[in-house]
Amino acid sequence: MDYLKAFAVGGVICVIGQILIDKTKLTPARILVTFVVLGVFLQLIRVYEPLVKFAGAGATVPLTGFGYNLCKGVAKAVNERGFLGIFTGGLTASSGGVAAALVFGFLVSVIFRSKSKK
Amino acid sequence: MNTRIGTQTVKIENPPVILETASIAGVKEGEGPLGSTFDKVLTDDTLGEKTWEKSESTLQRQTALLALEKARLKQSDINYILAGDLLNQCVGAHYSVRDLDIPFFGLYGACSTMTESMSIGSMLIGGGCADYVMCLTSSHFCSSERQFRNPLEYGGQRTPSAQWTVTGAGCAVLSSHGDGPRVTHVTTGKVIDKGVTDISNMGAAMAPAAIDTLLAHFADTGAKPDEYDMILTGDLGVIGSDILCELMLKEGFDIRKNHRDCGKLIYDIEAQDVHAGGSGCGCCGSVFCGYIFGELKKRNLKKILVMATGALMNPMVVEQGESIPAIAHAVTIEN
Amino acid sequence: MTNKEYNEYVKQKTPDSKIFSNCLKAFVSGGIICVLGQVLIAVFGKCGFGEEDASTLTSITLIFLGALLTGLDIYPKIAKFAGAGTVVPITGFANSVVSPALEAKTEGMVLGVGAKIFTIAGPVILYGTFASCAAGLIYWIISLF
Repeated sequence: MDYLKAFAVGGVICVIGQILIDKTKLTPARILVTFVVLGVFLQLIRVYEPLVKFAGAGATVPLTGFGYNLCKGVAKAVNERGFLGIFTGGLTASSGGVAAALVFGFLVSVIFRSKSKK
Repeated sequence: MNTRIGTQTVKIENPPVILETASIAGVKEGEGPLGSTFDKVLTDDTLGEKTWEKSESTLQRQTALLALEKARLKQSDINYILAGDLLNQCVGAHYSVRDLDIPFFGLYGACSTMTESMSIGSMLIGGGCADYVMCLTSSHFCSSERQFRNPLEYGGQRTPSAQWTVTGAGCAVLSSHGDGPRVTHVTTGKVIDKGVTDISNMGAAMAPAAIDTLLAHFADTGAKPDEYDMILTGDLGVIGSDILCELMLKEGFDIRKNHRDCGKLIYDIEAQDVHAGGSGCGCCGSVFCGYIFGELKKRNLKKILVMATGALMNPMVVEQGESIPAIAHAVTIEN
Repeated sequence: MTNKEYNEYVKQKTPDSKIFSNCLKAFVSGGIICVLGQVLIAVFGKCGFGEEDASTLTSITLIFLGALLTGLDIYPKIAKFAGAGTVVPITGFANSVVSPALEAKTEGMVLGVGAKIFTIAGPVILYGTFASCAAGLIYWIISLF
């Protein structure tokens, strides 16, 4: 059941992205930015947490989940450290993903070569 | 003496001969319907080079050398080489011509470069300034893609109006004497901008320039569309060609029967999944210098109009909110 | 024909993306990636990691897979079919980090790979961080009362 929920919710979030790409001509880079910021906002108004509880990876794997993580992290940090938490919370919570993306990105760039397309 | 006729056309009294041409095409282009008409089809789009920019300039240089070989001329015989490509500062041309020993004029006309170079070359010869001129251009999918669109490995979808940049090059050797098809008229286009901003719809951005030049050509020369065995455009693609034919009809010129577009000819649009067709300097370059010149030599074509179109697009300026200006240059070629 | 009329005409001449089939493909492929994420969460859970760590490890694993498949030139082939189904999941973020860096290798390790790795990741991290700080400010102000 968990898998079905993850499939359905994750799929729907991707469909929203597809509609934005096809209808608004937003470039994928803008889509990514929009989704992250949207994730932050939806968590701020306490909508995203219930969605994560319901759909698990269906809500955390799409990039809105990255935004959710940022927002959850900043809430926790402000709670623990006050004003300083505003600055430390977001990146602390998302550091795993960001570091992984940069490290793996770097390694892949060094190892592989770009190829011609057909 | 050469005569200017009308506002944009020159009738060349001693029309230069297209002595020889050479065309080299990439792997995908070689698999297309015109595969057998290119002089050479690459088996490796890198051409053994480490960067895509080098691959493109090597492609261009090999095409130039092949044209010389076919025309049985030496580099010292050539008075001018006119070359250009799509890349910033024309690096494709500059680094290919660097290794040649020929006086050079660099051109930027985006995808219109093939007919831009032939226009100027014909006027140089017609004006008595040169005996032999080489007209050279190229494009490479990989170097263009990274400059104008997305990284090669980027996972995105192309819109239905997007065109596929041709990996290919063409070189034509013009001469003041000899036998072969001749360039008799040159119609120079104006920069036309109808406010199209979609960088994935080049055909629509370029069609107005094609219409403008074509109307000027018909007005200046008094020619009718039926006089041409073929009216060949460079890379308007499916959408641009459709717009061109429809709007020309509204102007009273029916070109639907004899209009062809290199961007539509070079690929099997459906099977090769190229959406609206081919584009790039090398599109008109390789198709004209391959298939079309072959047909001219076989005398299957007697009189044609070749008009390459260029979208003078700079991604940075388009990001700033500007629209895409376009240009089209036409030359009449008669057997 | 004015520019406005011409652009209207172009719009009518340009075929629309096949939005229904695109959405279906995005739904299925995006869904599958999320299911893969769910499987990974379960596996890491079984290995004894807490909920939060399992989730972070899942993200890291998916980013690794996205990066590797980009290097192998497989990701863009899937993406051609999947559209937003491979853009929106975190694997798409990995693709957008790797792809500009990979081809910028020819311009060197610092201004090539080093700078271009942030072409798309940069805006995402910037606006994500900015939004989180804005949210943090709101949380902080609320905490004062």
